[in-house]
Amino acid sequence: MEIQEKLAVDAFKNDTESHITLDQEKCMICRERFCIYACPAHLYELNEESRKMQVEFAGCLECGTCLIACIYGAVTWRYPRGEFGVQYRYG
Amino acid sequence: MERIDVVIVGGGLAGLSCAYGLADSGLTVLVLERGDFSGSKNVTGGRIYLEPVRRLLPDLWDEAPLERHVVRERLTLLGRTNSTSIDHYSDRRDQRPYPSYTILRARFDRWLSEKVAERGGFVIPQKRVDDLLMDGKRVVGVTAGDEEIPARVVVAADGVLSFLAERAGLRRDFEPEDLAVGYKEIIHLGDRKIEDRFNLEPGQGAAQLFVGAITGGMMGGGFIYTNKETISLGMVLGLAPLTRLQNGIEAYRLLDAFKERPEIRRLVEGGETVEYSAHLIPEGGIRRLAGLVRDGMLVVGDAAGFGLNMLVTVRGMEYAMISGVLAAETIKRAAQSNDFSASTLSHYEYLLKRSVIIRDMETFRRSAEILKNPRLFSLYPQSVCDLLEKVMEIDEKPKERLSSTVFKELRRNILTLRGIKDLWSLRGI
Repeated sequence: MEIQEKLAVDAFKNDTESHITLDQEKCMICRERFCIYACPAHLYELNEESRKMQVEFAGCLECGTCLIACIYGAVTWRYPRGEFGVQYRYG
Repeated sequence: MERIDVVIVGGGLAGLSCAYGLADSGLTVLVLERGDFSGSKNVTGGRIYLEPVRRLLPDLWDEAPLERHVVRERLTLLGRTNSTSIDHYSDRRDQRPYPSYTILRARFDRWLSEKVAERGGFVIPQKRVDDLLMDGKRVVGVTAGDEEIPARVVVAADGVLSFLAERAGLRRDFEPEDLAVGYKEIIHLGDRKIEDRFNLEPGQGAAQLFVGAITGGMMGGGFIYTNKETISLGMVLGLAPLTRLQNGIEAYRLLDAFKERPEIRRLVEGGETVEYSAHLIPEGGIRRLAGLVRDGMLVVGDAAGFGLNMLVTVRGMEYAMISGVLAAETIKRAAQSNDFSASTLSHYEYLLKRSVIIRDMETFRRSAEILKNPRLFSLYPQSVCDLLEKVMEIDEKPKERLSSTVFKELRRNILTLRGIKDLWSLRGI
């Protein structure tokens, strides 16, 4: 089952603004890119053309793994605003 | 704005248990929950042990929306192409009151928040707390957006990442060693299929843990818990190996590989995935605990780091509930003398030290360190599976004595100097 299909069964209420921001300067010097390996929702990706890291905040499961996994401290992550983000029905 | 007596940040198990414990005290209690309802941001692997909390919260359990009571435990060691399971059934666990249940948090927490409301507590959803209100070194409330909410005491029940505890200097900076990530699918199968496939009577449940080849040598493992109509199938991985090994495997793919194992495939066949979730788990143990109180504030549950990996059982939800109740007792006592200073609130630490939480965490003080050994997650599960495979094998050659087959296999990987050292290290668990 593709990860996008898994995320598609979850209920999300997406904000217009991202609750995750990346410090591209720090991302530039990063070789390990642990965010890509650690994120259970596979939201992190290296854009092949721009060579910039990008993160798709809309599918965020709000675990915060990326915040700890980024050893360079390039991830600024906070909880989405009150009405927004994932809404678990089973949990 | 009028000053509230107690503001609890986070409507999960710790926060709601604290509110429940306070609701009959005459104090005004406000629970601020950032989700649409309590439980909508919360995730469990799947199981709660009731014995440690039954006496503290006696009226709750008869009508609580629990899933199945666990009577069957299975531990599976996974080799690359083989596996070995120990299946333990206990008739005792099938007698009322049942000692442990599988659970789904979006249902349970929501129900518990209704119980809190029935008793006079206020649970406000869709409210993200952004910061603490400070008066010098004293915590005097919280802020949510533009709103200031003054309080006589603040309870940080805002979960494992606890930004409030961090802000208050009551949490150490996280190292990847302190945390594991759990992620799971909820798969709908229906009650009949669950009971048939997991060898259960109606209402009975199973808990199954998997360790070995599925994590690629990383600390962690897989799990299945049977709910009423669904199963919770997932994995837990230590963040330290995820940030050390460049093994080229994305964590989320390991779950799919796990589901594809022949041991699992037939269990989930025909099931429909209805939810996918993830959560961090505090695994730093007692060495990572920081302060728990300061003037005007206490920290409870995951926010305080009350989680424990005991290798074959993983604990946390009961600790959350216990710490919430103990915080409530402390607050009631402090309210009598109208003194919410750190020294009065330190009664909470005293109660915790005598509770099962700190005593368990003391006993299992070394478990986090022992679990760093990657051989526990690769070499030994594989060796046990290979040993069993050899023992059961019949080929065209005359069969060796059983004792020499066993001894040869054991000598290869387990009865080595390193193996004996590893075995000896387990006495710390």
